[in-house]
Amino acid sequence: MSTEMNVKMEQDPAAIRFSGVSYRIKGIAGRPILKNVSLEVRPGDAVVLLGRSGSGKTTLLRLVNRLLLPSDGQVVVAGRLTSAWDEIQLRRGIGYVIQEAGLFPHFTVAQNIGLVPGLLGWPADRIAARVNEMLQLVGLEPREFSPRRPRELSGGQRQRVGVARALAADPPILLMDEPFGALDPVTRAELQREFAALAKRLAKTIVFVTHDLREALLLGSRIVLLQAGQIVAAAAPQEFLRIDHPEVRAFAASLLTAPGAPA
Amino acid sequence: MSALRFFRTHQAEIFAATLQHMTLVLIAMVIAIAIGVPLGMLIVRRPALRSLALAVASVFQTIPSLALFGFLIPIPFLGGIGRRTAVVALVLYALLPILRNTYVGLTGIDPAVLESAEAMGMTQSQILLRVRLPLALSVILAGIRTATVITIGVATIAAAIGAGGLGTFIFRGVAMVSDAVILAGAVPAAALALLADGLLALLERRLKVS
Repeated sequence: MSTEMNVKMEQDPAAIRFSGVSYRIKGIAGRPILKNVSLEVRPGDAVVLLGRSGSGKTTLLRLVNRLLLPSDGQVVVAGRLTSAWDEIQLRRGIGYVIQEAGLFPHFTVAQNIGLVPGLLGWPADRIAARVNEMLQLVGLEPREFSPRRPRELSGGQRQRVGVARALAADPPILLMDEPFGALDPVTRAELQREFAALAKRLAKTIVFVTHDLREALLLGSRIVLLQAGQIVAAAAPQEFLRIDHPEVRAFAASLLTAPGAPA
Repeated sequence: MSALRFFRTHQAEIFAATLQHMTLVLIAMVIAIAIGVPLGMLIVRRPALRSLALAVASVFQTIPSLALFGFLIPIPFLGGIGRRTAVVALVLYALLPILRNTYVGLTGIDPAVLESAEAMGMTQSQILLRVRLPLALSVILAGIRTATVITIGVATIAAAIGAGGLGTFIFRGVAMVSDAVILAGAVPAAALALLADGLLALLERRLKVS
């Protein structure tokens, strides 16, 4: 690994690289949340971090935009250590979508989507045009939805706005933490299909956290399985189910019993 | 002497006292807000200062108002007889609801909203000014409303240290054993409190974001 780190960072071909990353909460002894994780995410990859609750997948995601810093090891984004990045600049170049959407309740849909472009100092007319473009991209009619407040949207619509907001400033990296987890099954399936198509078209580097293997198979170009803070399996979707590991088999078994699973 | 007749014959005097009362409350509230809201913003990020500030503000609330006015009289600069001392005491009373509600409002925001704000690359001051404060505004205003109603009531006691206001009638009425005179102070004070409460409740509802 040390030879890998000696490579000049500017020439690092990875969009995101974790090298021997551990994370433990300060002052709390015991098992670390992440233990010696190494992972490379190439530009244009859609990596799905799969795992049970508490497996460390969300923590791994939050290391990318420096919401957390690793206790050990290194996280490199776009050729630079996250600890060396100005955190504000780093985050403005990374889209972020979470389960509850986290839309600002006191902003309209248009203001929510235009937020990061606004922070980046885009002129108002360019922001307005971009907001319309983003709303169309996620299947919401701009004239109808722009002036609405988040409370006037359904759960599915809120997540669409969340995705539009994350994409507004055209960041090269998109982080998604169970973005469709709180939706009803029908709406979730709709959004998953649409997002899978969208992701292909946009060619962003995507890191997607889920505990749903079906979602992982649908959206990932690579599936990384975490268990107790360690990577236990990683493969393309076609090969993933063939991996002989108890945790992979446990997830595969969940496919058969999941409601609405194909027979 | 009937209360109504006393009201009619002393109209000008009651009106002047009401104005004096309102001025006293207004000055105290402006100062209390100017101290309480920024202090509330400060203690969000300073846990050590937080317990101290809230404890001190709570202690002032527990001191009986008449005693607090009395304690202040011998203190140089802040104390003495008259309106300045009254304002100091009223500010100390008004501080706790404003301080506490500012803190509660700023910290009671949906964590998903704050996480998004941080993850989108907003600076701490942008988060405070564009997310926390607007979302906390109705809670802060509720604190200001409580403080205003308390202050209008407590301000009647300020008459005891020569600050004037509607309390003058109440103390005079007690001394004269005259309900009419007491009511001349109590009724306008109650009306002021109800009016302030209603107006601020209206404003609070308009600012509320659900």
